[in-house]
Amino acid sequence: MSSLLEVRDLTVQLKMDAGPREVITGTSLDIGEGEAMGLVGESGSGKSMTAKAIARLLPDGATVTGSVTFDGTDVLALSGDALLKHRAQVAVVFQDPRAHINPVRRISDFMTESLRILDDVPKAEAVRKAAAALDEVGIDDPGKRLKQFPHELSGGMLQRVMIATALLSEPRLLLADECTTALDVTTQAEVMAILDDLRRDRGLSMLFITHDLELAGAVCDRTCVMYAGQIVETSAASRLHEDPLHPYSAALVQARPDISSTAERLVAIPGRPVSAFEAPSGCRFAPRCPHSLDSCRSTDQVLTDLDGGVVRCGRATDLRGNLLDGAHV
Amino acid sequence: MSTEILDPVAEAEESAPSRRRLSRIGVIGWVSIAIIALALLLAIFGPILRPFDPNLSDLSFANVGPFGSHLLGFDGQGRDVLSRIMEGARTTVLGAGFVALIAVAIGTTLAIATAWFGGKFDASVSAGLDVLFAFPGILLAVVAAAVFGPSLLSAGLALAIAYSPYVARVLRGAALKERAMTYIAALEVQGFGAWRLCVRHLLPNISSLIVAQGTILFGFAMVDLAAISFLGLGVQSPQADWGVMVSEGKTSLLQGYPIVSLTAVLCIVAVVAAVSFLGERLDASSKDVLR
Repeated sequence: MSSLLEVRDLTVQLKMDAGPREVITGTSLDIGEGEAMGLVGESGSGKSMTAKAIARLLPDGATVTGSVTFDGTDVLALSGDALLKHRAQVAVVFQDPRAHINPVRRISDFMTESLRILDDVPKAEAVRKAAAALDEVGIDDPGKRLKQFPHELSGGMLQRVMIATALLSEPRLLLADECTTALDVTTQAEVMAILDDLRRDRGLSMLFITHDLELAGAVCDRTCVMYAGQIVETSAASRLHEDPLHPYSAALVQARPDISSTAERLVAIPGRPVSAFEAPSGCRFAPRCPHSLDSCRSTDQVLTDLDGGVVRCGRATDLRGNLLDGAHV
Repeated sequence: MSTEILDPVAEAEESAPSRRRLSRIGVIGWVSIAIIALALLLAIFGPILRPFDPNLSDLSFANVGPFGSHLLGFDGQGRDVLSRIMEGARTTVLGAGFVALIAVAIGTTLAIATAWFGGKFDASVSAGLDVLFAFPGILLAVVAAAVFGPSLLSAGLALAIAYSPYVARVLRGAALKERAMTYIAALEVQGFGAWRLCVRHLLPNISSLIVAQGTILFGFAMVDLAAISFLGLGVQSPQADWGVMVSEGKTSLLQGYPIVSLTAVLCIVAVVAAVSFLGERLDASSKDVLR
């Protein structure tokens, strides 16, 4: 599988009042043509920032080092029209559809504005395309929906409108940034099914950002786990649940509620999640890790290949097979 | 158990804001609309429809009460009051509308520009508006009358400029809030220009506030313009104008014949009240529908 997107050693610092703060440290990931990559991790672990860096949507004053290559072009060097073209190829769907749509204009205005104004597509054709895109994401009676206002549509419906709109620019990579988090479970399942279909029908690559390990496992080919601005593990999505390589991934897997067993309390990871700028030296997860040794705290960990996955843990080989204590397996 | 299924589409159609908004303004709203419509009709057709020449003076009829076709009697100079009210509607109502329109146009432009560009531009324009705030509208109009000579145009322009900071300040807050919305940022990164975003996206989102400001200012403008004409610095006597009529009616009032001043004052109060009631009703009902 050829790589559509290559991220190498991406480090991002944001400009804050208190000085620059690192939010991503040395992140590398590849997404192949038609591949769905999951990106999981706690809040503040740098998932969204990674997506924003890929779409070049980082806030002003951000310092970026490393490289992002999309289909052979250096994304970080783009500007002007080339940047707009890149953003058309890399569509982003965010968590809250209602915040991303002008409340006083009709759905058709929202969907066709970019086509009509920026691409000079005649209005009738733009509307026809919009209707076709709505149809593709499973919205009945697109003609009627196009004439409605955002407040007349439910959240799930509006999120589908967002996805349909993203499709209008014929993207090759879809960055789904927690796009189902705000939806109820049934709607979430529908939206996921739509994304999955699109991926198969259009050969769309996807970076799927979520808190939900199950969801990532269900739709993605591979899953990256992020902690404190670093990728700590990349494995086949189906394997992450049964056979995690990193102690953090294992802890996440164990913290899931399980429908088949009764538990007094859910398992929690001790301590609190840290952001990249406040992370300790050495292994960033060491203070919360049940398997940490003194050596973990003193040496920076690097990503190494292990059993077809990639893991950032010096003890990964020792701990192999012993990370899950049998609670869920 | 009812098996009726609500059709979400039909329900949504019924809730089309404009239609429901009109049905919710109530009796006061409709009475206000009637008064405003009448005032506008008078402003446009009054000078054609008036029964007599408003400036035809016959001193033998001075301060004579209503009789026959002279429904409101005569003023101190023996002129038909009804004709003067109808003639005066044009300068009074359209003058106030003109002031409100210009003030809203200047204020909205400044508000959106400051909210959009922010930074030093915002700081300097806002400081300039603060200085302008210090001058009462009437004072500015008096200065304008002193410099350019007393006329409705100079008084109206002075008032419009004096009012514009009020509009700008209120709208700037709303525009700033809208400017920070994610959908604006999303459109910006797609490559849409500032002009299009301001006019097609930002402006419609603050339009209800613009209408509300306009109606409030219309009321202020009408009272202030009448006051300026009363002082003799706006519309010049013998040209009929409700403000001028209040002023002219003074002497009759002192002679125990209040109908001239009273009629003009009632007209002013009725139109101002109607406009502000309607503005308030529309604002409230649009909140009902949209929130």
